[in-house]
Amino acid sequence: MKTKTILLAGSVLGAFAVGGVTVVAVTHEAVTDRIADNQYQAMQRKLTAILPAGASDNDPLRDHIEVEAKDLLGSDATQVYRVRHGQDPVAVVLEPVVPDGYAGPIRLLVSVMHDGTLGGVRVLSHHETPGLGDKIEELKSDWVYGFKGKSLNDPPLEQWGVKRDGGAFDQFTGATITPRSVVNAVKNTLIYVQEQGERLFEQAAETPQQIAGGQD
Amino acid sequence: MKASQGYAGLVEEGVWSNNQMLVGLLGLCPLLATTTSATNGLGMGLATTVVVVCSNATVSLVRNLVRPEIRIPVFVLVIASFVTLVELIMQAFFYEMYLVLGLFISLIVVNCMIIGRAEAFASKNSVDRALVDGLAVGLGATLVLTSLGALRELVGQGTIFNQADLLLGEAGKHLTLYLSDDYQGALIAILPPGAFIGLGMMIALKNVIDKLAKRLSGLRRARPVPSTTQPTQPATG
Repeated sequence: MKTKTILLAGSVLGAFAVGGVTVVAVTHEAVTDRIADNQYQAMQRKLTAILPAGASDNDPLRDHIEVEAKDLLGSDATQVYRVRHGQDPVAVVLEPVVPDGYAGPIRLLVSVMHDGTLGGVRVLSHHETPGLGDKIEELKSDWVYGFKGKSLNDPPLEQWGVKRDGGAFDQFTGATITPRSVVNAVKNTLIYVQEQGERLFEQAAETPQQIAGGQD
Repeated sequence: MKASQGYAGLVEEGVWSNNQMLVGLLGLCPLLATTTSATNGLGMGLATTVVVVCSNATVSLVRNLVRPEIRIPVFVLVIASFVTLVELIMQAFFYEMYLVLGLFISLIVVNCMIIGRAEAFASKNSVDRALVDGLAVGLGATLVLTSLGALRELVGQGTIFNQADLLLGEAGKHLTLYLSDDYQGALIAILPPGAFIGLGMMIALKNVIDKLAKRLSGLRRARPVPSTTQPTQPATG
């Protein structure tokens, strides 16, 4: 009798598990394309914002490679999107990680034009203090727009730092560490792109399945 | 009293007199983490409401099928499934909102308010009553989350319903309310301590209102009836 009760309870529980998993699996199957599409579009909007309008005729999100340069780009695998117009290289967009943020790593999106100037910088994700370090976010302040058009010559390399360190970039009231490390990471990204030169454009693109699509 | 309660009584209890967040102090984790703005609070509240309504209905439907020994695992399964569904649907249809709340949606699974309603109410009541209870409790939670979010956003940032369009589409833009442009904001309201302080003030306010209401009704009657305060649920979780 006891065994029967246990078995019965077990099978009811099992039935619920199967039912729950089925419902979730069916829904997942139904919306998975839509979710991928959302991620793709969100990433595309971010790319468009830091590239000159109409400068390219390829789809950088599908023309991307993965590079490894932990010293300069902060992570073991960094996505690089190539922006081209016909055969001509226009820009590269990288996803470097700022390893030394105030509260953990900060993920950036940096576009470097082919002439070495910055097309723009955006923050993809961060954990900085609300109200202080989070001014690196586009929504919170204009600070991040200040990178546009800058290059390793303008300001000169030794001035790539926040003003407190004698550099050319503003820090925020109450937060120096965050902007300092972001400025440093952007500088390193520029150095990396300069070092690599045309090589970034020559590598064959990764297979489409590996599109990162900007998930966290 | 409980068994004979009508729908109106259920709603009154869920939204006010037994509000799970202000009286039960349940589900504090999402409450404190997500209420940095009114929009986030509303989004979290709506997601919680969907889950509590669905789980209440399901638990009530199967209440005679599920043996007492396995009821808790079954509740957890039901709740986890619904939360995952909500998360997927949000990702598919409210992607921008998902980017903001995504991390916390999965936390609804461990919101003891939901399993609390399943155990304390839905597993002992008919489906229609469980549905009404779920709606009322969800509405109560949404109200608390939204007002706490609005309070913290107003003090911390000087806006209310900023970026409401993430949740409500273009129409949401009209909801946004701005204080003067040069308001600097008090950072503490956005940081976690602000959530505790804000919640404390809301609980105090509710108690003051209750006390005033009692005194008023006491004055109206010639002789005050002996107080019949109903016992509140113990604070757990």
